[in-house]
Amino acid sequence: MDEFVIRALLAGGGIALLAGPLGSFVVWRRMAYFGDTLSHSALLGVTLGFLLGVNPMVGVMVVCVSLALALVALQRRRHLAADTLLGILSHGSLSLGLVALAFLETLRVDLMAYLFGDILSVTDGDLMAIYGGGVVALTGLALLWRRLLAVTVDEDLARVEGMPVDALRLAFMLLIALVIAIAMKIVGILLITSLLIIPAAAARRFARTPEGMAALASVLGILAVVAGLMASLNWDLPGGPSVVVAAAALFLLGSLVPLRR
Amino acid sequence: MSTPHPNRDPSALFSGPLAWTEDLTVRFGSRTVLDRVNVAVEPGEVVTLIGPNGAGKTTLVRAVLGLVAPDGGRVLRRPNLRIGYMPQRLSVDQTLPLTVRRFLALWRPVTTDRVAAALEEAGVTRLADSAVQTISGGEMQRVLLARALLGEPDLLVLDEPDQAVDVHGQAELFNRIAQVRLRRGCGVLLVSHDLHTVMARTDRVICLNAHVCCSGRPEDVSRHPEYHALFGGHARDLAVYVHHHDHAHAGDGKVVHDHDGDCCHG
Repeated sequence: MDEFVIRALLAGGGIALLAGPLGSFVVWRRMAYFGDTLSHSALLGVTLGFLLGVNPMVGVMVVCVSLALALVALQRRRHLAADTLLGILSHGSLSLGLVALAFLETLRVDLMAYLFGDILSVTDGDLMAIYGGGVVALTGLALLWRRLLAVTVDEDLARVEGMPVDALRLAFMLLIALVIAIAMKIVGILLITSLLIIPAAAARRFARTPEGMAALASVLGILAVVAGLMASLNWDLPGGPSVVVAAAALFLLGSLVPLRR
Repeated sequence: MSTPHPNRDPSALFSGPLAWTEDLTVRFGSRTVLDRVNVAVEPGEVVTLIGPNGAGKTTLVRAVLGLVAPDGGRVLRRPNLRIGYMPQRLSVDQTLPLTVRRFLALWRPVTTDRVAAALEEAGVTRLADSAVQTISGGEMQRVLLARALLGEPDLLVLDEPDQAVDVHGQAELFNRIAQVRLRRGCGVLLVSHDLHTVMARTDRVICLNAHVCCSGRPEDVSRHPEYHALFGGHARDLAVYVHHHDHAHAGDGKVVHDHDGDCCHG
């Protein structure tokens, strides 16, 4: 097997492993559109990174977190529904990213790679970012797991029990931002959310516990990465979209499996 | 079965109420939901809040829980007071696979033995492995009781159990809470519409309509015009001792004073 294929598998597998538990939370907390909004803003973060001469991943983190905080502030005012606010921020920030990119005339950026990912051009540096960031994110999630579940079940009860609800929500947003920053290169900002939610959604029917759902989502995500990559190599298809199509196919297959009740 | 807990708690060294409010005022926009409310729950006491819809019962409970910030006055609690909160309903998203047993273990680190004991005390042992989305409203109330008991509460706070719970289930829940109170000696603050179910099992009734209209022992039978005005025919065979009979309500619920301005109520 070629070295670039191995790197692609390691990168995609790492992302899928991480996306299982985090994506399950995105599904439980009904934050799919929120994840989409954050990832759409990532392009602006990339541009900012180039402008300020810092690593694009840092730029993405900064923009994602600012956007999340802006959203929390806007929601407090309650004049508009959450989905409307998300729509404004999502498309507004994506377009701002595209416009800002056009201003950087000297910079040649492979826009398609950022939008849809370029899994076959993963470097060793990317792998280190994925596994380094992945270990941080999974450790954080493991430490907060029980309390995040409690906040997901009922925020008032969690508050009465003395849990720092706002801090937990913020920590969760940070974790999502981190995943977006490291997954952007692999599936692209337009498709990151699908890698978070499709494997988790496919796992739901077969799970009896939150941990079971998270673990199965990771396994299904890794399967989708392997199947998508193989399809991409065999038939010369775009990598990121092939992985997402494979995940969607797994979801459909899973929903056809009869369950004993 | 769990063992009794006499004086297990350092806060039991303090005398006086478990939790109380001092001139608590809460406004939502221009509407004053709670107007200088003074209530207290003593150790081992069952206090029931009654009042019409929109009277501020739920807001008062949420303020005592720390979920609503006062616009005036204060909410006070004993140091390290442990509150067991039972919300009026709880629905868990279908996407989250969660058994009752697991639900109970989310709120604090607990052993399986303690979870089993709490399930038994609330009478829902058979539901331990059911998905929380599949149990009925009445069963969920008892699961929420078990959840509250796992925190070894000094004060149990219940919001008006859901209308979905039938009268029989309601009565059974209150019987269980009465047993819990006797066994554990905790105070209980509860909100209710259903006077008949609650009156027989309560030590003190507080009749709320933005301000405290009247309060007292349910067995101190008397006829209070305000109480009747608020509850109409339902009040006929249940009455409340009155200690502030010095104002009346105008049509909009505002207090009309019929005495000099030296009163301490709303």
